[in-house]
Amino acid sequence: MSPWDIIYNFFPYIGGLISGALSSVLPGWAVYVIMALIGIIGILGFAITGNLAMVWAERRIIGRMQVRLGPNRVGPFGLLQPIADAIKVLTKEDIVPRKADKLLHFLGPTAFLIPAVLAWAVVPFADGTILTDLNIGILYMLAVSSLSLIGLFLAGWGSNNKYSLLGSMRTIAQVVSYEIPMVLSILGVVAIVGSLSMVDIVKAQNIPFIVLQPLGFIVYLIAATAELNRSPFDTLEAESEIVAGYFTEYSGMKFAIFYIAEYFNLLLVASIVTTLFLGGWRGPFLPPYIWFVIKIFLLFFFFMWLRGTLPRFRIDQLMALAWKFLLPLALLNIFLTGLGILAWQALGF
Amino acid sequence: MSDPVLVVVFYLISAITVVAALGVVLTRNIVYAAVFLVGTFAGVAGIFVLLNADFLAAVQLLVYAGAIAILIIFAIMMTRDTRKGSRSNEQRWPAFIMAVLMLAVLLGGISQTIWPVSVLAPLETTTEKLGKLLLNEYILPFEVVSVLLVAAMIGAIVISRED
Amino acid sequence: MLSSFGYVGILAIVALLFPIGAIITFLLANYLLKLRRPNPAKLTTYECGMDPIGDSWIRFNTRYYLFALLFVVFDVEAVLLYPWAVAYRRLGLYAFVEMAIFIGILLIGYLYAWNKKALEWK
Repeated sequence: MSPWDIIYNFFPYIGGLISGALSSVLPGWAVYVIMALIGIIGILGFAITGNLAMVWAERRIIGRMQVRLGPNRVGPFGLLQPIADAIKVLTKEDIVPRKADKLLHFLGPTAFLIPAVLAWAVVPFADGTILTDLNIGILYMLAVSSLSLIGLFLAGWGSNNKYSLLGSMRTIAQVVSYEIPMVLSILGVVAIVGSLSMVDIVKAQNIPFIVLQPLGFIVYLIAATAELNRSPFDTLEAESEIVAGYFTEYSGMKFAIFYIAEYFNLLLVASIVTTLFLGGWRGPFLPPYIWFVIKIFLLFFFFMWLRGTLPRFRIDQLMALAWKFLLPLALLNIFLTGLGILAWQALGF
Repeated sequence: MSDPVLVVVFYLISAITVVAALGVVLTRNIVYAAVFLVGTFAGVAGIFVLLNADFLAAVQLLVYAGAIAILIIFAIMMTRDTRKGSRSNEQRWPAFIMAVLMLAVLLGGISQTIWPVSVLAPLETTTEKLGKLLLNEYILPFEVVSVLLVAAMIGAIVISRED
Repeated sequence: MLSSFGYVGILAIVALLFPIGAIITFLLANYLLKLRRPNPAKLTTYECGMDPIGDSWIRFNTRYYLFALLFVVFDVEAVLLYPWAVAYRRLGLYAFVEMAIFIGILLIGYLYAWNKKALEWK
C-alpha cells in the first residue's frame, strides 16, 4: 500500500490493523464489541468537537453579521469560550420547579438527546468509514430522528409551565408538518439510486444529485431547516412570545443537553444534505473524509447566514408554507423524477 | 435464532416490550401511559429487527413511535384530568367483559393458527422485494390503502371543523 | 444483516448512557460544590415574575389533533412509497401509473382539506 492509499483510506486501514491485532487474542464477539465502541467513540468525538467548534463559530459569525465582535475574551479569538461555557454549565445550580413532574422533567432532555446520537450510526464519512451501512440507511435516519419529538413533549409537559407546554406543542406541530415534505423529497433520490443505503447513495452520485434533483434539494433543505427549529423557523423559542419554549424551566447541564442535541441535529442535517445531494465524500485530490467535513461546514455557514439574515416566521405562515407549498412541490418532484427515469430508460441508458 | 446472543437479546427486548405494555395499562396518569406506549413501539421495532424485517422495523419506528405516538399525545392534550385518569367509570364492568372476550379471541387465534416457518434464508434487502410485491401481486391492497387514508383524512376534517 | 444492526444496539446503549451520565455528573457537581440553595420563590413555576395563575396542564385546541392526523395520513403514504422508489427502476412504466393513482387518490383528500381550510393554522 502506498502512503497515499493509507491517507486516503485512513480509518478503514487503522480499523483493519486494530481488529487484526485484536482477533489474534480475543474471541470474535469481543472484537466486534470493541470495534463498535472504538467507532462510536470516534463518531461521538467528531460530533462533540464539531459541536464545540460550531458553538464558537456561530457566535463569532453571527457577531460579525450583526456588526459586533462576538466572544473574544477567553483565549485567542475567544477560542476557549466553549470550554468556559462547559465549566459554567456544569457548575450551575440545578433548579426543578416544585410543581413540575420530576420524573418527566428529568426524562425530557434524556429522551431528546438519544435519537440525536442514534442517528449517527449511518452517517457515511467516507467509503468504509461508517459505523454500520444499514440496508435501510436513510429510512433508519428518518425513523430515529422522528423520536426526538417525544423528548420535546416530555420536557414541555414535565415542566408544568405554560410557556414550556405551549412551546413544545407548537414545536411538535411544526416539526410534524415539515416532516412530510422532508420524507417525500428524499423519494426522488431513492428512486434514482434504487437503494436506501447511505453508501449506495453516495456511490451512485457520479453527478451530485443537486443537479438531477434541484426541486428535491430545495424542499429538503427548507424542511430540514424547519425541523431543526432554526431561524427563520424558530417559533419554539420566540422569546417575545413564550420566553424560551420548552426549556424555560431547565438549568445547567439539563439545559445544555438541549443545545448539544440541537447542534448534533444540525451536524446531522448537514451530513444528510451532503450525502443525499452534494456527492457525499466524493471530490477531487483531497481525502474523502476531508471533503465530507468541508461540505458539512459550508452548509453550516449557510445555516448561519440564514439565521443572520431572515426574521422569524409567524406560526400560521409556517404551517401554510409546509402544507400548501412544500408538500405539493415534493409530490411534483416525485412525478418529475418518475417521468425522468422513464425517459432516461427509454433513451437506452 | 439459535445463536445464544440473539436469544438473550430477544428476551431482553421482549421483557422491555411487555413491561412497557403493562405500564400502559396499569398507570393512572395517561401521559405516563403514552410514554410507556412509545417504549412498547420501540420494543416491537427491535423484535422486527431480530426477525430480519429491517424495513418493517423502520416503519414501526417512523409511523408508530414517531407519528401515532404524537397523535395520541395530541389527543390526550384535548382531554381533561390527564394526571388522574377518569375516576368513576360506569362502564367498568362492560369494559372488563369486553377485555376478557378480546383476550379469549386472541389466545384462541394464537393457539389455533398453524404458523408457517420458512426454511429459506432471510432476505438481505427486504425493501426492494416488498416494493415488487406491493406493485405486482398486492397492487389492490396498495391502492385501497390510499382510499382508506383519504377516508381517515376527510373524517378527521368533518369531525374537527368548528362550523 | 443482524450483525449490521448489532452496532445500532451497542450505539443505543451508549446513547442512553451519554445524557444520563452528563446529568449525573451535573447533579454530583451540584452536591459536591453545595450549589443547591432552594427557596420557595426560586422553585415556583416561571411566569414572568408573577405568581402562576391556574394550572399549566390545560386542554389544547383540536387543530393540533387535526394536524397530527393529517401528518399520520401523509406519513403512512410516504412510507408506502419507499418500497416503490427502491423497486421503481426495475419495474418501469406501470409502476409509474400505479404511483400516480396512489398519489392521485390522496390528492383528492388533500384538495378537500385545502378547500375546507383545514390546512390553515388559525
